[in-house]
Formats: sequence, C-alpha cells, structure tokens
Amino acid sequence: MKRALVDAVKKLDPRHQAKNPVMFVVEVGSAFTTLLFFAALLGRGETKPGFVAAISVWLWFTLLFANFAEAMAEGRGKAQADTLRKAKTDVRANQVSVPKRDAAKSPVLASQLRKGEFVVVEAGETIPCDGEIVDGVASVDESAITGESAPVVRESGGDRSAVTGGTRVLSDWLVLRVTANPGESFLDRMISMVEGAKRQKTPNEIALDILLAALTIVFLLATVTLLPYSRYGASAAGQGSAVTMTVLVALLVCLIPTTIGALLSAIGIAGMDRMIQANVIATSGRAVEAAGDVDVLLLDKTGTITLGNRQATVFHPAPGATEKSLAEAASLASLADETPEGRSIVVLAKDKHGVAERRVDEVGGVAIEFSAQTRMSGIDVDGRELRKGAADAITKYVQGHGGSFPSEVRAVVETVARKGGTPLVVAEKATVLGVVELKDIVKTGIKERFAELRSMGIKTVMVTGDNPLTAAAIAAEAGVDDYLAEATPEAKLALIREHQAGGRLVAMTGDGTNDAPALAQADVAVAMNTGTQAAKEAGNMVDLDSNPTKLIEIVAIGKQLLITRGALTTFSIANDIAKYFAIIPAAFATTYPALGRLNVMHLATPESAILSAVIFNAVIIVFLIPLALRGIKYRALGAEALLRRNLLVYGVGGVLVPFVGVKLIDMALVVLHLA
Amino acid sequence: MTGRDGLQIGLYLVALLALAWPLGTYMARVYEGKDTFLSRALGPVERLFFRAMGVRADDDTTWKDYAFAAIAFNALGFFFVYALQRLQGVLPLNPQHLPGVAPELAFNTASSFTTNTNWQSYGGETTLGYLVQALALTVQNFVSAATGMAVLVALIRGFVRKESSTIGCFWVDLVRGTVHVLVPLSFVFAIVLVACGVVQTWSPYAASSLLEGTTDAEGRIGESLVALGPAASQVAIKNLGTNGGGFFNANSAHPFENPTALSNFLVMLSILVLPAALCHTFGAMVGDKRQGWALLATMLALFLPLLAVCLWQEGAPNPSLAGLGLDHASNMEGKEVRFGIASSALYATVTTAASNGSVNAMHDSFSPLGGLVPMWLMQLGEIVFGGVGSGLYGMLMFAIIAVFVAGLMVGRTPEYLGKKIEAYEMKMASLTVLVPAATVLVGTAIAVSCSAGRAGVANPGPHGFSEILYAFSSAGNNNGSAFGGLGAGSVFYTTALGIAMWLARFWIMVPVLALAGGLAKKKMIPASAGTLPTHRPLFVAMLTFVVVVVGALTFIPALALGPVVEHLMQHG
Repeated sequence: MKRALVDAVKKLDPRHQAKNPVMFVVEVGSAFTTLLFFAALLGRGETKPGFVAAISVWLWFTLLFANFAEAMAEGRGKAQADTLRKAKTDVRANQVSVPKRDAAKSPVLASQLRKGEFVVVEAGETIPCDGEIVDGVASVDESAITGESAPVVRESGGDRSAVTGGTRVLSDWLVLRVTANPGESFLDRMISMVEGAKRQKTPNEIALDILLAALTIVFLLATVTLLPYSRYGASAAGQGSAVTMTVLVALLVCLIPTTIGALLSAIGIAGMDRMIQANVIATSGRAVEAAGDVDVLLLDKTGTITLGNRQATVFHPAPGATEKSLAEAASLASLADETPEGRSIVVLAKDKHGVAERRVDEVGGVAIEFSAQTRMSGIDVDGRELRKGAADAITKYVQGHGGSFPSEVRAVVETVARKGGTPLVVAEKATVLGVVELKDIVKTGIKERFAELRSMGIKTVMVTGDNPLTAAAIAAEAGVDDYLAEATPEAKLALIREHQAGGRLVAMTGDGTNDAPALAQADVAVAMNTGTQAAKEAGNMVDLDSNPTKLIEIVAIGKQLLITRGALTTFSIANDIAKYFAIIPAAFATTYPALGRLNVMHLATPESAILSAVIFNAVIIVFLIPLALRGIKYRALGAEALLRRNLLVYGVGGVLVPFVGVKLIDMALVVLHLA
Repeated sequence: MTGRDGLQIGLYLVALLALAWPLGTYMARVYEGKDTFLSRALGPVERLFFRAMGVRADDDTTWKDYAFAAIAFNALGFFFVYALQRLQGVLPLNPQHLPGVAPELAFNTASSFTTNTNWQSYGGETTLGYLVQALALTVQNFVSAATGMAVLVALIRGFVRKESSTIGCFWVDLVRGTVHVLVPLSFVFAIVLVACGVVQTWSPYAASSLLEGTTDAEGRIGESLVALGPAASQVAIKNLGTNGGGFFNANSAHPFENPTALSNFLVMLSILVLPAALCHTFGAMVGDKRQGWALLATMLALFLPLLAVCLWQEGAPNPSLAGLGLDHASNMEGKEVRFGIASSALYATVTTAASNGSVNAMHDSFSPLGGLVPMWLMQLGEIVFGGVGSGLYGMLMFAIIAVFVAGLMVGRTPEYLGKKIEAYEMKMASLTVLVPAATVLVGTAIAVSCSAGRAGVANPGPHGFSEILYAFSSAGNNNGSAFGGLGAGSVFYTTALGIAMWLARFWIMVPVLALAGGLAKKKMIPASAGTLPTHRPLFVAMLTFVVVVVGALTFIPALALGPVVEHLMQHG
C-alpha cells in the first residue's frame, strides 16, 4: 500500500503517461490548469483563483488515483517477485565434464552455467539451474516455486525428468544437463511475469485503446470547439462571457473515458495476478486473453475427467459362489495390496457386504506380492490360497491346480472389458470364485462443469488411450461432447489442427515430451509443472499445481478479464450523460441563463456543479479499484444473458450513478461552504 | 396530429417495409451476379458496358484497387461536372442562355453532386441550363448512388469471404447497380411522376401573362416566366438515389417538382426504399436474413421516436404568436399548405434520416426542437437509413463498435458475422465515426470565428448558430438539405462546404474499403453458445444505444447552444 502510494507519484512522469492516451490528456489538462491558476494568482486569470485551484487539484488527483490503481495491481506481483528472488541466490554448482556422479567436479557459480553443460547436485543442495535429469533419482522440495511443501520425486527418463532452478534436493543425488542460460530460466521468467515488467498490451487491449483514443479525440473536438461557439453566442446575445479555459479542461476530463483509461492497465495486471493466485504462470498476457476465447477444450481422461485410478464397483460371482463369499475372498486377497485398485476392493467389500477390513498379520496370513512372472497377487491364510489377477493369469493358475476356467466367468470377463471396465478374476486353487469389476470413476461434479462449459459455448473433447468402446462409455457418463480414443500424439495434433482450421481456438493440457508438439500447436497450452522440460517450453502456461482440471478455471479468468474491461468501458461512457447535465448549464450560465432549466440535479452554483462533476470523476476511480483488481464475477451463462446482465448493471447503472454521486458531492460542498 | 395524419404515416411505413423486402432480395441477386427476371432485357446492356469498359463480369480486385477505382471515377466525374458548368455559356441545350457558373460555385456543386450530397448553393432554374442539369447532375445522381451501393457490397463481401485477398470489382458493381437497379426504378418512377404532374420537357421556359399585373422599380410587369425543363427524369433519381438536389430552387416544395399529396407520398417512399431494401440485401448476401432485419429494426428504432418529436413540435403552437388572437394551432410557417404539418414533418425526418436532403418545407422555420430533429439525424452520421449504400456501411461501422463493446462484456474477443473484430477493425471503424464529427464541429467553429462565416447568418443568436451548424452537419454528412436563412452562396461557404462534402464522403469510403479488405482476409469463426447473437432485440437495443450515445455525446454541447437554448428561451 505504502509502496503503491509512492509509485503513484512516480508514475506522474509524462513518459509513463504517454503510453495511455486518455490519462496523458488528463496530465496535460492538469498541468494547463496549474498554469491558469498561477495566472489567476497574478491577477491575469480568467476567473477566481480558488476555483481554478480546486479544479486543478482534483485533476491531479484523478491522475494520482489512476496511477495508484496501477501501482496497487503491480504491488501484489512485486511482493511475490521478492519471495521468488530469494530463491534465486547465486549458489555454487558442481560442474562436471561428463554426465557421471563420480566425474571430476569443478565448482562454479550458478550464473556461469550455460546450456548443455552438466552439474551434479547432492542431497541438501539447491539446484542451481533449470535442467533435465540425465542420471539419478531424488526427492526434491519445490516449495519455492509451487508453494507445495510435500517433496516430489524426480528421476531420469520419462515424464518426471525436469527440475527447476531454486528448488532443493532433499535426498539422494542428481546429474543434470543445464537447459537454460542465466536470465532465461523458469524462475527468471516467472519473476518478470509477476512483476509485469515485460507486460505487453494484449490484442484486445490495443483495440480498446484505439476506441478510447478515438472517443478522446471526439470529446477533445467537442470541447475545444465550444470556445468559438460560446464566444459567438456571447457576442450575439450581448451578455455574459465566453466559457473559461478552466471549465473547458474540466469538461474535457469529465467526458473522456478516464474511468476505464485509469483502470485499464490495472485490470490487465490483475488478470495476470489472478492466474498467479491460481498457481498458473502464463508466459504472456496474450495467452490469458486467448483463454477467454477458447472454443474447444481437449481434456485428458485420466486425472481430469476420471479419478487417477480405477476402482472396484461390482462383484460378479462365478456359478456356485455367492456374491458375499466372493467379496470375502477378494477382500482377503487384497489386504496386502496397497495399490489404489486393491484398496478399493477392500472398501467395496466392506461397504456392500460388511466384510471387516483387517491387517494381514491380524488374519495371520502370508501375503503374496504381485510379481511379473505370475502377474497375480493374493494371500495364503488358514490353508486357503486366494489369488486375484487378470483372466489369462488366473486361467493358467487354475489349470495348474487341475481346474478349469468356467465359460460363464469368461463371458462376464468379456462383458466387463467391453463396457470399458477392467475385470479382475479371483480364484482359490482350482476354483474360480468370480470377477471383480474395476471401473474408471468419473469425478463428482464434472458433468455439471461440462454442462456449464457447454452453455458458455465451449466444446469439450476427452482424450484417452482407451479403445473407442471404453472411451464412448466414459464420455457418455462424463457428459463430454466428443472423445478421441486410442489417442496418439499425432492424432492429438491432427485433431487440434482440424479444429483450428475450422476457426476455433483450442486449449489443452499436457505433461509428457510426446505432448510437446500438440502443446505447441494449441492456442492455450497448459503444461503441468511435474511435466518434462519440453512440455513446459511448448506450452504458454505452466500449472504449478499440475492439476489438469485447472483449464476450466483458466478459461473463466480469461473471460473475466475481458468482461471487466468491457463493463467498465460501458460504465465510463454512460457516466458522461450526467456530467453534461451538470456542466453544460453551468458553463454557459452567464450567456444563456435559460440553460439553467437543464440543471436537473439542482446543483448549488455553476462552480459547485463543475467541481462536483470533476470530483465525482476522480473519486469513482478509487471506488472501482477493488472491482478492477478482483474482476467482475464471471457467470457461466449464455452470451446474451451475460450481456443483458452487464448492460443493466454497468450501462444503465452507469447512466444513473453519477446523477446521485454528483448531487451528493454538491451537497457536501454546500455543507462545507465550498460552494 | 389528426387520425388522417396517423393513417398516412402508418401507410407509409407499411408500404416502405413491403417494398423493401422484394427489392432487397432482388439487389442481392444482382450483386451476386445471379439471374433475375430482368436479366434477359438488361443483360445485353450490362455486357455492352463491360465490353466498353474492358472489364469482365468475374473480375476481382483487392481493396486498394477497389478504392482507387472508386475515387478515380468520382474524381473524373467531379472534373466533368465542373467543366460543364464553367463552359455552360458556349454549350447547346441552354434555351435561357444562362452564363457559365462562377468557379467557387462550380466547385461546390461538382463536389456536392459527386459526393451524393446535393447541397445546392445555386438556384436550379436561374443558374443551370438543361444540358448541365441532365448530363452533369442527373448522371452524377445515378453514379454517386451506384458508388455508394458498390462500396457497401464490397464491405458485405468482406464479411462473407474467407481468407480472400479480393473484395470484387468496382466497375462491375458500378455497372450492375446502375443498369439493374437505379435505371429501371427511375424509369418507372419518372413516368409515375409525370402522371402526377411533374414537368418533363426540353422546351424553353414559358411566358404567361398575369391576370393582375404588378409593378417594380422598372415599371409595370404583366407577364411572368414559368420555369420548365426535363424535371421528372431528374426528380426520380434525385430521390431514389438519396441525392436530393432539386431541379428547381424550391426543391420538392415547387409545384412542378412535387405537385400533389400523392406525388409527395411517393417521393417520400422513394427516398427510403433503397436504403431500407439494402438491409435485406445485406441479410441475403451474408446468408442470414435476420441480420438484415436487425439493422433495419435499429434504424426504425432511431427513426420513429425522432419522427414523433418532430410531429409533436410542429403540431404545437408557436409561443411567440400566443396572445395575438391568431388561429395558430400548429407551426405552419414555412410549410406548403398543400402538404400541411404531418406531411412536412414526415418529409423533413425522412429526407434527413436518409442522406437525401430534398425538402418540401423550410427547415429554418421549424420550431427549435422540430429543427433539431433533422439536424441531429444528420449528425448521427447519416446512418438511420442514410444514403444508398453509405447509410448501411456507416451503420455497419457502428455495429462493429457495438459488437466490440458488447463482445468484451460477454468475455470473448468480439466477433461480427463470424469475423473477429480486432485492433485494425477498430481503427477503421473509429475513423469513420471521427471524420464526419470532426468536419461538422471544426467547420462550424471556423465559420463562427471568422467574419466571412458570420456574415451569412440571417438571425444572429442561437438560431443563427443553428443555421451554421446545420449547414456543416448537412455537408459533413453528405445530406445536402439546407436549413435556409444562411447565405451560403459566398466564397467562404461554397468553398468550406465543398471541402467538407469531399472529406465526409471519401475519408469514410477509404477506411470502409480497407476494413472490407481486412475482413475478407480473416478466417470465419463458427458461432457457438458463447458468441453474442447479433440478430436479436438485445443487440438491436445495444446498437441503438451506441449510436445515440456517440451521437449525443459528440453534439450535445453544440446543440445546447443552438436549438436547445432557443427552445428554452422561447418557452421561458
């Protein structure tokens, strides 16, 4: 806050203001009225010095309030950048010439490392740079970047091989290949993003700037030409004097869209900031804005639409067995199985058949671990030998005990598989007890979210490696609009291109190296922070939480950004109507007293009327700062319902609010004897 | 307003909407190069022109070529009209032996007729002979209207085409609009007008002896000279092409130009029929008729309330005449008794809603607010119907601005008819709004600041200010109607207004074509539930709001010092 106040004053620098045509006009106007004030003091002014001073002061305030809004928005990012910078101390690194842990190490500073060089990082050390693990496995504390305190495992090969400079190795060691030169690392980019140092105007912002500049020119013409008009009027009417420069500047500043002009950059910065609050780092404001325009969302099935793991849902007993006996056997066989699938069997048996959950040592059994040879797991207890596994593994096991696999069970296995489930067969020596059906569980509430997206006009496409039948079943259950089954990276890329060729904007998430081409092609590409370096570089956003569902939130933030801009523009322009009613009768009071009939607000004096309008114009900026920073709440409604709502609130509201506001300020001025 | 007046206005609107629909659909077919029921008769004529001009029916050019062709053609027209006026004294078909026109007046008139403005600083029957009227002015009446329609069609192609670098061929569009639309319509309408009593002759002015002679400084006058000429053929296109330049000085108040209540009704109908029909042409060409209806609805939403204000103000008594014991239930000053209040108020609203500018009553004599209506209709940018073609392309610029603001409010990069509205589009659309506003405001400011400008004012004070503001509003929006009262024949006004007309026409036309070129290059985005529908009442309301707010905010200060304060002073 304090920093924001100081920054607000610093930002008065005309070079800074020149970037914003609307506020630049205000600055020129403020400076001009200041000169007029000095002229008035010296007795050469056009009107009372007190009035000129009051107008001038409030014009400067208008400018300061605008700067303050921007500084407030930047402030939040700056605080975050400071924390990040602490993680970026120049640590010592152990450089090696060949990617081996025991190679000869030469100590260098992290800032001297270049792309392609190798370093070794031991437990307890800070990782000096962004890198790709070429050797080793280690647990890494990434809280400096993600804010998540639980350590994560990073290892060479696969999709978990990227590490970020500034994080710490907690246990074991790593050999890294450096992937970023100093100043280009993820941390550097993150700092510059949150600080907004490299913030460039987004396409919609530029278009809006043009409109605002055009309006400013129109109002400039409308006010400047008033001078000759009123001179002519005064001379023709033979009474009164021409409108004063002070009043003209006041009118101009009131008319030009200062409200939106003042808050425009704050809105943009705050939008980026909301992304950061959601733990998403966007590489550009353009990406944030594009998120609001997305037409198609490609969502990975696992983790986004379904829970990460399959769960037991049904017990199908074999002929001769009961559901309960199957449940008991399956539960016993899974006691030692700590995988989520195994746990879900125990839980289902308990929920459905009251089979108590016990520990292996409680039942006094011997757990049989899953092995690659048998591809079964189970338990030996009380002389029973319970096994569970895939149908072919169990067939082999049953036949080994002289039994046979019943055709009824085989039929169940096939049905389950066809429906998209995973059949696990439970057997005891030569007897097949039945089948446990494992299924993908669609996340609760996801169907409603997809319905919301549909009403926003966004099409959802589920991407999965499953066969088309399975995919169709899950797609129907989750309520997605379409699916891509047996998806390969090429198929994904082709799908994105196809949608783009149809003029649609595509968003997707990805983490693997093989996602990189698709990420690079997508318009909004969110890489998971846990993902590979290649994926992170291909995307234009990184989700630090690595939560694929975040995409939906990102779209909402993008939309919110545009809505806030649009609503405040409408508000700003709608305000002008009331200001005309305040200023026009006051400005020409001496020449045409008849215009006083337009003073519908019954403002006390011409001076108080003009001053009230100027004060309202300045103060409204302060009132709207929270809204600009928070953003207007986005509701998943159809376009027309949304427009109707926002037009009512910000359009009609924008016409009415200043009538009340200006009148209240005028009353206050009267009470304070300033009128 | 009597019941009969209400019936006339109701009948007018019904006839207008009923005619606009088939005509609009017909024009869409013409500009798409499809066959119509007139193709057999007019096809050979069209091909003859194509061959003579060296173009082919399927020629296609970039927006730059299109703009260059349009401007070059109009510049040629300008020099032709200028030259004919200057050389009038030595040219034939000039039975009254009128001399060549003065340079500044010739400049003003040439600018006026090539820009579809038809501001007249001259008196028809006393300045121009039959040859100039027919060959210079009537020809421009046709081709300036055809130019407006051509530019509109090019803009529509910008919306329709996907990833294309071309927007059609100006020459092809020009010929098609003239041959298939304007000439046949004018031909039929001219005959109807002749039947109503409008004159059409090459014979010299007729002398008629007065029943009761009169005297002037030089002695007794027993004879008067009745102006004649080929009027009907020019009056037809003057109205159909939203030109508005009268054959006679009194324009449509002249009994030979607008003899009866029926001719008055038909003339008003002919003024708005093409601009209204073009909305349907737009809908048909973009493949969504509802889009055309939405724009037409917006125009009506602006037109009807303003018509009501004008009717109400003219129907009210003049407070200055109160207490004199006169029967002055309504403001009949400056109005033809043949037409009365309702027909005059309707005509004034119609002629300024469209960029026609012909008049059947003197707007200067309207009540202050009654006169504000025509003035503000022009200041809105001549987009409430507006000029043929130019009115709709102007309205489309506002639609782009409305879509932009509305689009932001629904959280998407705005799009109109599947085309994204981005910085380039906003730049061009903003320019087209800026140029006429700047021309009007700055022009008026210069006029009130110099003695040459102030010299022409007949009624100093707020009314005089209105006279100047009206003149620049008319020229700066290519309307061409005059408030009257202002001596606009001076070198200052003929020059200043001539420049204003030229700026307003071509400084808008070029950004519109640039916009068309930019749009044509874009991809087409399919509509989804997140896309703002632009054919529904909410968008019509939004667009109306944007037009009113921009128009009001720009001109409220000026209007406050003119008609508004005059009204307040009159009603003390």
